[in-house]
Amino acid sequence: MGHVATLIVLFPLLGFLLVLLNGRNMSERQIGAIGTGAVTASFVVSVICFFLLLHHSSREVTVHLFGWLNVGTLHVPAALLVDPLSITMSLFVTGISALIHLYSMAYMHGEKDYRKFFIYMNLFVFSMLVLVLANNLVFTFVGWEGVGLCSYWLISYYFDRDSAASAGQKAFIYNRIGDFGLLIAMFLLFSRTGTLTYLGIFARAGTLSPTIATLTVLALLLGATGKSAQIPLFNWLPDAMEGPTPVSALIHAATMVTAGVYLLVRMSPVLAMSSSGRMSIAVIGGVTAFVAATVATSQKDIKKVLAFSTVSQIGYMVLAVGVGAYSAAIFLMISHAFFKALLFLGSGSIIHALNGEQNMRLMGGLQKFLPLTFPTFLVGWLAISGIPPFAGFWSKGDVLTNVFEHNKLLWALGLLTAILTAYYMTRLFVLTFRGNERFGEVMNGHDPHESPWVMTTPLIILAILSAVGGVMDLPWLHHDSLAGFLEPTFGYVVAGHASTAAQFGLALVDTAAAVIGLLAAFSIWRSISSSSRYESSFLENVWHWDDFYDATIGRPLTRGAQFADDVIEPKVIDGAVSGVAVGLRRSGEGLRKVQSGFVRHYALATLLGVAVIVVYLVARVG
Amino acid sequence: MNVPAAWYLVLAAILFGIGAFGLLTRRSALIMLMCLELMLNAANLTFVTFSRTLSDISGQAIVFFVMVVAAAEVTVGLGIVVAIFRRRSSTSVDDLSELKG
Amino acid sequence: MHSSLWLAALLAVPLVGALVALLSTKTEGRSYLAAVVTASVEMALSLVVALLYNNHLAKASTYDFYSRHVLAAPFGLAYDVGVDGISLLMVVLTSLVVLLALLGSRERRHEPAFVGWLLLLTTFTMGSFVSHDLLEFFIFFELTLIPSYFIIGQWGGAERARAALKFFIYTFGGSAFLFVGIMYLGFLHQHEAGGPLTFAYGALSTTTMTHGTAVWIFIAFAIAFGVKAPIWPLHTWSPLAYAEAPIAGTIELSAILAKLGTYGLLRFAVGLLPLALADVRPVVLTLGVIGILYGSALACVTPDLKRLVAYSSVAQMGFIVVGVMSGSTIATVGAVLLMFNHGVITIGFFLIIGFIEQRRGSILVRDFTGLQGPAPVMAALFTVVMLASIGLPGLSGFVSEYFILIGTFATHAWWSVVASTGVVGAALYLLWAYQRVFHGRAEGANAQLPDATTRERWVLVPVVVLIIVLGVFPQPVLDRVTPSVQELIQHIAPAGLNK
Repeated sequence: MGHVATLIVLFPLLGFLLVLLNGRNMSERQIGAIGTGAVTASFVVSVICFFLLLHHSSREVTVHLFGWLNVGTLHVPAALLVDPLSITMSLFVTGISALIHLYSMAYMHGEKDYRKFFIYMNLFVFSMLVLVLANNLVFTFVGWEGVGLCSYWLISYYFDRDSAASAGQKAFIYNRIGDFGLLIAMFLLFSRTGTLTYLGIFARAGTLSPTIATLTVLALLLGATGKSAQIPLFNWLPDAMEGPTPVSALIHAATMVTAGVYLLVRMSPVLAMSSSGRMSIAVIGGVTAFVAATVATSQKDIKKVLAFSTVSQIGYMVLAVGVGAYSAAIFLMISHAFFKALLFLGSGSIIHALNGEQNMRLMGGLQKFLPLTFPTFLVGWLAISGIPPFAGFWSKGDVLTNVFEHNKLLWALGLLTAILTAYYMTRLFVLTFRGNERFGEVMNGHDPHESPWVMTTPLIILAILSAVGGVMDLPWLHHDSLAGFLEPTFGYVVAGHASTAAQFGLALVDTAAAVIGLLAAFSIWRSISSSSRYESSFLENVWHWDDFYDATIGRPLTRGAQFADDVIEPKVIDGAVSGVAVGLRRSGEGLRKVQSGFVRHYALATLLGVAVIVVYLVARVG
Repeated sequence: MNVPAAWYLVLAAILFGIGAFGLLTRRSALIMLMCLELMLNAANLTFVTFSRTLSDISGQAIVFFVMVVAAAEVTVGLGIVVAIFRRRSSTSVDDLSELKG
Repeated sequence: MHSSLWLAALLAVPLVGALVALLSTKTEGRSYLAAVVTASVEMALSLVVALLYNNHLAKASTYDFYSRHVLAAPFGLAYDVGVDGISLLMVVLTSLVVLLALLGSRERRHEPAFVGWLLLLTTFTMGSFVSHDLLEFFIFFELTLIPSYFIIGQWGGAERARAALKFFIYTFGGSAFLFVGIMYLGFLHQHEAGGPLTFAYGALSTTTMTHGTAVWIFIAFAIAFGVKAPIWPLHTWSPLAYAEAPIAGTIELSAILAKLGTYGLLRFAVGLLPLALADVRPVVLTLGVIGILYGSALACVTPDLKRLVAYSSVAQMGFIVVGVMSGSTIATVGAVLLMFNHGVITIGFFLIIGFIEQRRGSILVRDFTGLQGPAPVMAALFTVVMLASIGLPGLSGFVSEYFILIGTFATHAWWSVVASTGVVGAALYLLWAYQRVFHGRAEGANAQLPDATTRERWVLVPVVVLIIVLGVFPQPVLDRVTPSVQELIQHIAPAGLNK
């Protein structure tokens, strides 16, 4: 089992090295084949590992690779932990990655940095797999930072575009702020439990004091908000859409951005120690889901809508984690990966067809031009909106049911978000595929054309998965489901099981919410001319969140640094040193007046000096 | 006849005072040197006086040292004065402040 | 070959090389060749020392290659050398620095004096690191000033005279305190133990003294080492000196001479004066943390690339100071490792900046844009170095930084938390600089910028290899450093717990 599991990580690394070291002599087709092949191989191995694990006596298999860092009491191996959670993650990560790699082969055709793209993509998959498969926090951190780095590179892929360069940098910095949280969490756990391996921490999690547990959970949450684009660190994700669309689909929708959720789920035994920490997680998730959904209703760029939708959906996952519904969070994560990757790749197909146009106001009526993209996109739209029996209905329903049992207020917020979700997705759908054709200017009179099979095949596969993905975890399957497979990993589950009647009622409410949002959007966006008043500039500017950070943090810090450079450095610190020199010179100048050059003055001074000494001696003796 | 030691000391003090006063008030470098001699000899007188009253020969020994030093000093001093006089035809110290700081 | 001869050879080879280089004035370029050969021999020697050191690990004392000869008993002057795991890393770094500095400044191959000074500087630096005697250390420590002064003052930029003078006065001023401290300690020991005057490290470490005395000597040491490192707020000479010195000089200053300061702080201030630690620790830790934040802030607004690396070094030195003062084995190992890693990383930075400067005659950030287009290899090399400096796991910088932070957290949690914000700072200023220099659309002279030549790539290969190897597989290094650090920590720990 051990050696097999190592292959999951090794294949993408080999692909990366092969293209990095030898890629100059390879054709586009070879590079793409190696990149895609490596990830596909990794997926196949994951499937094998999954079945091996099913029949393995223990559900937790540690694979020791080599001793990485050993100093004093700190022992950090490079080792993998194969358990239901990590194998589930690696299954869907490699699966989706393989599809998106395939799609990219055609989508990136003719780009001048084709090779670089696949280098980054394979490195990304490698890092992501290290992240999910690592058996300790530090090794996870390797993957954690690796995916952040690849995301930075891929966002600023078109580096000669200033907006892309800035967006990449913004993403990296926001992630780094999150990393600060993750670091602190590691320090706290190491100082209290003396180990950083997951199994070691879980064994000693019970000994954590409530304060330490809460601090740790909050630090982990900060880390998760950075990587998973949650409030307060969510605004890098929309900017990240500057990257090529397959990147948005893979990294900024399906895999990397869910790493924060994965981390929280992974640390569930620590979360179990702090109810206030879990509450904070739930609130952050709920509020982010709502805020991002409102923003998505007013975006004009098709990818921006999807980006905010991603933030919102991850908010749901975080909310689920907060109420202890870990398997629901993972269920939503996987089904979201299906339909969001589908939607992004579909939008990529649309953008491809329209020569790179992303503004939805210049689309419309694409239904008849894109015979394969249209039906697959339709499935994605229905899935994310929560219409039964598509995957989103089941997974979102699972989350909301759990939240309902835990906190009615958060449930109401979640339901409101569900209405908004159906609304903005329908708006997107109507603006792109329905209505009159507004792309004349973009296309110079040509008709949009459907993408090649390499691009549409992944769409079809993802559409099928989005349609039937719900079977992974149907509510009436208790044991042979995703939840049944995962739950032993968590060891601790807060959420109870609602009665069948309640579940049925809630499912009806969810469906109603979805239908309300859907119908509202249809009636409003049927004609584009009258509907602009439903777009608010406040929402389009993301509640002025960036401006707020700029005014409260960015500018004061820059001004402070500038002040240090202009004043503190030259005047205060250097001034203190040159002040000593200046002081010496001044006192010398003052003393020089005493030296008149006249013998008489010196004689008088000597005499007075002698007199003073005599008086002193006399006074002392007398 | 035994003159009390105090008289010698008073005389020495007067001589020293005259010397110091002269040193401070006169302009001529020559006279200043003479005043300096006067002060040195006042000190010598004090040494001798105490040497006798305390029956300690070292006081008188020091006087010889002082006399030698004084002679050397006058030699050098006069030499400088002559050199200055040659350059400026004056021995007034008020004209000399080249060493002003 | 007697083991102590290896160290003697390490000291003698550059000295001989310097003489040869200076004497071969007549034939152009030959002195450069001689210097490169010398530096390569030195590199090989130090690697041999590093490998042989492993065989002696089983010994009780971690001090190896030890030998002592008293030269002038009345003054306590002795030739007293040896290496342990801590100095071993510095020895390797010293020879690496001079080799790469030479290879990176080929344009000065017709100036025998320049390469001569560089080799001389190597002897002195090497001497400081292998000294096991305070007076000997001080002499070498001071001698390093002379070559550095001439390298900056003669071959530097427009403001080289001012930079050299400022550098000299700051360092010299600091050293005055060190001298007084060493003398006081020596005489204190003689007064207490009797016998001839000695400054041997082992002897002085047994000196008993009062709390107050220890604190005063510590302060004297800390000022000297703080200037050299530089530790905030004694750093103001460094941006000017780094910016004005020729690339080889900047590399020497930042990569190795700065380490004399942090090495001295660990070995002599902390190692010899454990009594003072309880009192000075909070202060010095705070200075280190301020240095991290302050250096990061200034690196964000500074206009040229060399100053940027200078301020980033102030921040990195802050990390080292935090680790050195933490009293934790893990953090101290991290600090020692960071001394080495920072050395390698700054070599990389300054070599690349030097290559760019040669092409364009400027190091101002605003003069560049979009270099990644015309010079992708240079950009990639810069990226590797930058990421190591940011502390990306898998590269060398992470290992050391992580050790420092996690170790310090156990002993001084709050300082560690504030220091951890430095990980954001490093990303901020480096990515910002990267974006402005390498991203964007290249136009005019920028678009014509030639990419790294084959020679330049080869010069950077050792840097990149070290960055990756020490990030992925640092264990061989850790195995050598850890026992020495543990010994040091055990020596100072009981005193640290007094308060």
